Amino acid sequence: MVKGPLSVSLDSVVVRRDGKLVLGPLDLDMETRGITVVLGPNGAGKTTFLKVLHGVERISDGEMHWSVANVQAREEQAYVFQSPIVLRRSVAQNLAYPLKLIGTVKSEISMRVSLWARKIGLEDALDFPATRLSGGEKQKLAIGRALIRMPKVLFLDEPCANLDGRSIREIEELLHEATLAGTSIIMTTHNLGQAKRLADSVLFLLGGRLHEQSPASVFFNIPSTSEAQSFLNGDIIE
Amino acid sequence: MIRTFFIFLLVMLLISKASADPQTLRLATTTSFNNSGLSDVLLPAIKSDIGIDVQLLVVGTGQALRLGQAGDVDAILVHSREAEDVFIADGFGTHRREIMYNDFVLVGPSSDPANIKGAQRASEALVSIALSQSAFISRGDDSGTHKKELALWAVAGLRPNNFGNWYKAVGASMGSSLNSASGLDAYIMADRASWLKFKNKGSLALLFSGDAVLFNQYSYIPVNPEKHSHINADAADLLEKWLLSKRAKTFIDSYKIDDEALFIFNGSL
Amino acid sequence: MNEIFAGLQEAFRLIFTLDSDLIEITLRSLQVSVTALLIASALALPLGTWLAIRRFRYRRFAIVVLNALMGLPPVVVGLMVYLLFSRSGPFGVMGLLFTPTAMIVAQVIIITPLIASITHQAMRELWSEYHDLLISLNTTSLQRITALIRDGRRTLMTASLAGFGRGIGEVGAIMIVGGNIDHVTRVLTTAIALETGKGDFALALGLGFVLIALTLLINFAIHSLSRTERDGTW
Repeated sequence: MVKGPLSVSLDSVVVRRDGKLVLGPLDLDMETRGITVVLGPNGAGKTTFLKVLHGVERISDGEMHWSVANVQAREEQAYVFQSPIVLRRSVAQNLAYPLKLIGTVKSEISMRVSLWARKIGLEDALDFPATRLSGGEKQKLAIGRALIRMPKVLFLDEPCANLDGRSIREIEELLHEATLAGTSIIMTTHNLGQAKRLADSVLFLLGGRLHEQSPASVFFNIPSTSEAQSFLNGDIIE
Repeated sequence: MIRTFFIFLLVMLLISKASADPQTLRLATTTSFNNSGLSDVLLPAIKSDIGIDVQLLVVGTGQALRLGQAGDVDAILVHSREAEDVFIADGFGTHRREIMYNDFVLVGPSSDPANIKGAQRASEALVSIALSQSAFISRGDDSGTHKKELALWAVAGLRPNNFGNWYKAVGASMGSSLNSASGLDAYIMADRASWLKFKNKGSLALLFSGDAVLFNQYSYIPVNPEKHSHINADAADLLEKWLLSKRAKTFIDSYKIDDEALFIFNGSL
Repeated sequence: MNEIFAGLQEAFRLIFTLDSDLIEITLRSLQVSVTALLIASALALPLGTWLAIRRFRYRRFAIVVLNALMGLPPVVVGLMVYLLFSRSGPFGVMGLLFTPTAMIVAQVIIITPLIASITHQAMRELWSEYHDLLISLNTTSLQRITALIRDGRRTLMTASLAGFGRGIGEVGAIMIVGGNIDHVTRVLTTAIALETGKGDFALALGLGFVLIALTLLINFAIHSLSRTERDGTW
């Protein structure tokens, strides 16, 4: 276990796919704390940015360093993908899987599984096939499974796309609880209202570049770039 | 779960591993011998008389000789004199013992378009078939029967290589060839035993037999233990003695299908 | 038509009189093909899965070879195994020719590529579903293969059953390496070939129907044991 929050620094990071620039060049120093929301229009490179931080996206140029070795950093992180990936197993087995991978003892696993099943409201569906859950339940399961290892950093890519209001509220509560328990969250969202509700700080991406990095209160009240201003106004920006 | 799986696997392997029983002997023989049903009578008698489990490998003469050559069987029982002599000369077999003979017959459509029924000699019958260009099925598989058929064509002064497409070399066992002949209403040469036992006769009928050239000598050849040390030579020797015994003679001579004797014992007692 | 009817009748007669020869060769068929299936699955399932998740230089090539091996004529396999196990061959000293073990070896060679190839196709799909998650969880290759095999077990069962069907219905290879010896290496398919050779189509067909019934039975048994139908698709 690493004490204290992790921090990350990016030095001229560039990601190209098939010769096309997707992200960068990006310079950034950031300490993960509370909830960081990554904002920007479609195609701004938000998902790629999260994957770069998580270390699952190949960097074409530049360097990225976590405050601990990258391998160790990965172990302290979890990632919830845009469309939730559930294993073709029961709800309980889905929750247990990340713990099994790191060799947690059985009694500890079953204890944590029932704890988290309760937290995500699926305690009555432990033996239910996860693939037959509703969209919102799948998303909560994915989040529960990500949090069960109590990561230092949790990445969430559009966790509430296509969900109804009730699911959104439950998920936001989960995330809020997680931050209280010491997990920092870096997430993308299209929902400006959600960003305002959750964000402690904001990263604003546009065209693969970082346009603004500021505390939420500053970003939503006095954005420093005109692009961010237009974005907040709901204008189309390119 | 996984452990049970592997235990199961192990058990299956153990069951399947056949132990080399000293009392078994592998004998390569031809389809005609086995199809006749004679083996079903002889093998139990051998087992009870001298305690040897004879495992029959029923193949063509060509393959039987190859099995003997490779040392994969302990003895062979075949019917192709020339090939047998070569086998002995090359040192793959110790010696050759004549046991019994049966005969070949000419079978064809009962309407007999080539009119071979009245023929005096086998060669005459074959010439009639060739002249009328009636469909003829040849084994074409280098078996003893096939070799015999080729020899008969040679006696008749004809060469199958020059025949038209009425002559069909099917390259198959006696049974499959008979099935083809039955399907095509064709003439075919078969050993009497296979013919009598054959159940898919259709419109085929036995049309010619009895010429001395059609006699089919079966010989027993033990595989040379000097070439292959693992050969069960003792059992092969015991079996040879039994096959040449009075008891074997009784079994062989009295074996009948439809009241017809199929084999005639001619070993030297 | 008459012959097919006679075959059905023969099949019923064999089954209801509990014909001892029939029971013996049926059990041997099962013993050979089930053992071959277990060994082939133990090889092919991890191999096919590994090919699905692993990117390496000659991967395309390996998959093409695998698919080509699927079409390998059993007779050729039989001949190769015969030559290997013949007393004059490299493994002759083991004395395995004309034993059920040799038949198992031949069947393993025949069905492994088939199972591996179907596994590969099924696992590629599952892998594209799981890929991001398993990468994110920092799994090792072994953990990935295990997870895919576990969660894809229903498709893998289908792959295995396809292999079993090919094995138990195969005659060319086991005829050569087994020799169709009565009470030693005779199985359903070689017995069918033998009876066909004797022109006894009714008995041959009867045995054929027994073989079909057996494969159906096994398929149903495995499907119901694993409750594929009740649980629907995962």
